[in-house]
Amino acid sequence: MPSDATTAPKTLITQEMRDKLNVWSEPRISPPVELSDIRKWAIAVYWPDTPPRIFWDEAYAKTTRWGGVIAPREFNPFAWPVERPADLAPKKATRGVGERSMNAGQTETYGVPIRIGDVISARTALVKLEEHVGKLGLTLYRYAEVRWTNQRGEFVRSRVGISILY
Amino acid sequence: MVYKVYFEDVNVGDNIPTWTRQTDLMHWNRYAAVNDEFGYIHMDDESGRNAGNKQGAFGMGNLRWAYLQNMLREWIGDEAEVREMGIQFRAINQKHDILTCTGVITEKKVDGKDHLVRLDINVMNQDGKGTAPGYAVVALPTRK
Repeated sequence: MPSDATTAPKTLITQEMRDKLNVWSEPRISPPVELSDIRKWAIAVYWPDTPPRIFWDEAYAKTTRWGGVIAPREFNPFAWPVERPADLAPKKATRGVGERSMNAGQTETYGVPIRIGDVISARTALVKLEEHVGKLGLTLYRYAEVRWTNQRGEFVRSRVGISILY
Repeated sequence: MVYKVYFEDVNVGDNIPTWTRQTDLMHWNRYAAVNDEFGYIHMDDESGRNAGNKQGAFGMGNLRWAYLQNMLREWIGDEAEVREMGIQFRAINQKHDILTCTGVITEKKVDGKDHLVRLDINVMNQDGKGTAPGYAVVALPTRK
């Protein structure tokens, strides 16, 4: 799409986006969570400090109210899918209106923690589209929600992520 | 059970202990390894510049998110819970930034059995700029 103001689009909302609004995906299923997944995650986010024992020491974790190791709230059990995402190529330097994007933020609500052996199910939907004209020009805010439940059907997490297209 | 902080012991206006990390590729690459987040913009300066950041590669928003969680966890301990968190990404995490996570209590409320504390949170850089303002809600134990 050209970035020339005289030919700039009036909207960045496509029919494909409208069709996807509030349509929930089929569930995506994680592999079973392993202790080493949680331990490595905790090491990475606390690096170079030693992470809290609740994330790696099973004997200690048994003495807590959780009764075992739990994952950090932000842990992602969907990392490293066998089927790889397609678009990993570097983005080109010059992009037109609606081709530039930013991660604007996110909100999460938490239920039960993730534990060793859990299998997490995720469903996703585009839940809101908003357009504004601001300092970036015509800007589209896309709100996408991801809801996680565990193998017992318990609510684990909801994330509403906001991405900007401009 | 060992609790680090009780609902009755905190007040609106209290600052919680900060959590600081100087970040660079060693931190970003470790995070990429666990989150499978190998975006070129986080590893390659040319790609970072192409994305609009003159200084090159930049850190992941998700890692700043984790740092904020770390701050909250260190404050509340293993037994209490983070219930909600939300942030906006307002500035980029540049290579070698010294990031300091901050939190100030803005509200206390009892909701059924839950004793909830709401905070304003942020990730400040070494220049005093807030890079990720937002909020968090934690459930604390009660002495009652």
